[in-house]
Amino acid sequence: MALTVDNLTEWINAFAQKVTDKKDYLSELDTPIGDGDHGNNMARGVKAVQESLDAKAPADLTAAFKQIAMALISKVGGASGPLYGTAFLEMAKKSKDSTEIADLFAAADAGIKKRGGAQAGDKTMVDVWEPLAAKLASGSLTQAEIDEAVNSTEEMIAKKGRASYLGERSSGHLDPGAMSSGYLFTALIETEGIL
Amino acid sequence: MTLGITIVSHVPDIAAGLPKLLTQVAADVPLTYAGGTDDGDIGTSMAKISQAFDDNAADEILAFYDLGSAKMNLEMAQEMSDKTIHLYDTALIEGAYTAASLLEAGVPLADVEEQLKPLKIK
Repeated sequence: MALTVDNLTEWINAFAQKVTDKKDYLSELDTPIGDGDHGNNMARGVKAVQESLDAKAPADLTAAFKQIAMALISKVGGASGPLYGTAFLEMAKKSKDSTEIADLFAAADAGIKKRGGAQAGDKTMVDVWEPLAAKLASGSLTQAEIDEAVNSTEEMIAKKGRASYLGERSSGHLDPGAMSSGYLFTALIETEGIL
Repeated sequence: MTLGITIVSHVPDIAAGLPKLLTQVAADVPLTYAGGTDDGDIGTSMAKISQAFDDNAADEILAFYDLGSAKMNLEMAQEMSDKTIHLYDTALIEGAYTAASLLEAGVPLADVEEQLKPLKIK
């Protein structure tokens, strides 16, 4: 099993579909603890990604990851733009030495933490990326594990991002960035031939 | 080596408004700003920030921002810029005002940074 431009495109299209379908839900999650625009921002971003991949078929994995990153950075607008953008930019860099999914996700996870300064337990997308990147490194990933990581953010008190201004009141809500990250991992395990 | 200031805000009106306050005390300091997303909505844009760095007449820039995601886009623009960019985690208005006043008075960067330290809030 290996990552190719074709199955990467399939994976990203599946992610785009989930984000588009769940656009309102993601914004709803973002309303009590953020600025209520995560769904719209992400939907705009994934649409730009699809347009970019349609307009210019990437020559290789590095080019594909770079195109995805640049579309997200330029179109998302909120914090998710630089964070997801950095994740894919780090995968682009890593893909020059390795196309192993575990290596790519380890690089992406490190990039997200560096860009946002968040650690596990801060109620951010890191609470999904860190444990699931580790699962990928150990060789398998299930939907139950994805759900568990996303749901772990519900009781957390936010230490980073817009939700952190709410302090203890941020507890009791799922983190929207964790949720959209969960869709990316679900799309990954649902795409044939990558894992 | 000239020093300039770039203001980044989620809100186009805030980014455009703050320089009006700063030019009162710092008419000669190169000052540019980036506010909102590419579509003019609430948010920040790496492309707009890069443009504000390019448009600034100075080759070394002190950058001030409002909320966290502005900092992330600022850092990405910083990594891509040929200029030397300094980011400050200060209260936006107070930090930018302090820097503008001191730069206008010809105070060296190290001393400006010393004055900015107590204004760090994030």
